[in-house]
Amino acid sequence: MHVPDGFLDAPTSVATGAVAVAGVALALRGARRELDDRTAPMAGLVATFVFAAQMINFPVGAGTSGHLLGGALAAVLVGPWSAVLCISVVLLVQALLMADGGITALGTNVTLMALVGVWVGWGVFVLVRRLLPRRTSSVVPAAAIGALASVPAAAAVFSLLFAVGGNAPVDPGTVLGAMVTWHVVIGIGEAVVTGLVVASVVATRPDLVRGALPALETRELEIRSPVR
Amino acid sequence: MGAGHGHRLHFHGHSPVHRAPAHLKLLALLGFMLVVVATPHDWYAAFAAEALVLLGVVALSRVPVTYLAPRMVIEVPFAVFALLMPFIAQGPRTEVLGLTVSEPGLHAGVALLVKGTIGVLASLTLAATTEPQDVLRGLTRLRMPDLVVQIMGFMIRYLDVVTAELGRMMVAMRSRGCEPRSPRHWPTLARAMGALFIRSYERGERVHLAMLSRGYDGRLPSEGRP
Repeated sequence: MHVPDGFLDAPTSVATGAVAVAGVALALRGARRELDDRTAPMAGLVATFVFAAQMINFPVGAGTSGHLLGGALAAVLVGPWSAVLCISVVLLVQALLMADGGITALGTNVTLMALVGVWVGWGVFVLVRRLLPRRTSSVVPAAAIGALASVPAAAAVFSLLFAVGGNAPVDPGTVLGAMVTWHVVIGIGEAVVTGLVVASVVATRPDLVRGALPALETRELEIRSPVR
Repeated sequence: MGAGHGHRLHFHGHSPVHRAPAHLKLLALLGFMLVVVATPHDWYAAFAAEALVLLGVVALSRVPVTYLAPRMVIEVPFAVFALLMPFIAQGPRTEVLGLTVSEPGLHAGVALLVKGTIGVLASLTLAATTEPQDVLRGLTRLRMPDLVVQIMGFMIRYLDVVTAELGRMMVAMRSRGCEPRSPRHWPTLARAMGALFIRSYERGERVHLAMLSRGYDGRLPSEGRP
């Protein structure tokens, strides 16, 4: 899943690195608003959770398996700014301590999975949430559709980068077609898992789901009398 | 859980590579890999020189090859792509072992494989010779924003705790007949993940309160810098 060293040429890697630095710098400011002084421990634990969630593989056919990217999931649960930080730190730890994803490709990986994955997921989520009735249960389909959109979006941006700075003479149209079709399949898995996880958290602790806050504010206290 | 919170790739040792300051190792890795990535894909002599430099560092670090080699399988999915390259690329065709393949694709595939392998081995060498705490100190010296270093520190600290928690939940689910790989059991699995999120989040809240009660003011006290 992670882009390794040497896949994109040096200028493209440096350019995506600059984009990643800018995106993370903005997220550092934004996350202070979402989590105030709890940012460090909370984002650290959520990053650990995302890492653990990524360990779960699901089959995507042809004997291969995909795993959760978690961008949309983290955005719906803790808000987009903190999600960008969490996913970026996961990628940083994987690159430096687990040799997963090249160090020169770190900027590319952060741009694709943390910036594109989170913001597309969150943007689509907010859009769908606006169309649905203001209830906590609307958060679940909105999160699933956000997750579904985020994976092919990241794949499409990768194809664009590959067309600009790919180190191989492959037709960019072929890469785009193959990447997007393949990642729509992975995106369906991502959507199902994201929706189910969000559903289970909404059912027990809706106050922990950032994306459910607007719905919680309008929710009225309901006192039910026991049925005799 | 009682074990030290080291990470799985570290190989204990006292070689010059182990003792080198972490920030220098990080800079060296980044600079070296930028050179490797920028090497044109038909300069095989340069690739050989780069591979020799890297193997020299590995030898100096005295981390056994039998330790590094099995951990390089992380590269496999990507190697498959590099092997496909000669068949899907454009350009003039050539014959290799009775197969008609694209000539530029062949060069690109070989270069991808070489660069990727050097990258994985170089990153493994860093991970095997540097303690996570030293990586954090190195990043601080390289002016990585304090908040990012703190988040990373918490992630490293609780990585084993949370993955062990997930492991125990999986054991409990498996022993009740759940097969996590089957899509039929995804709802169960997702509920477990939801529970794991709530547990992680609440652990974060408890850690934050514990830190506040010990005088945390948004910065971690810096213990003896190297």
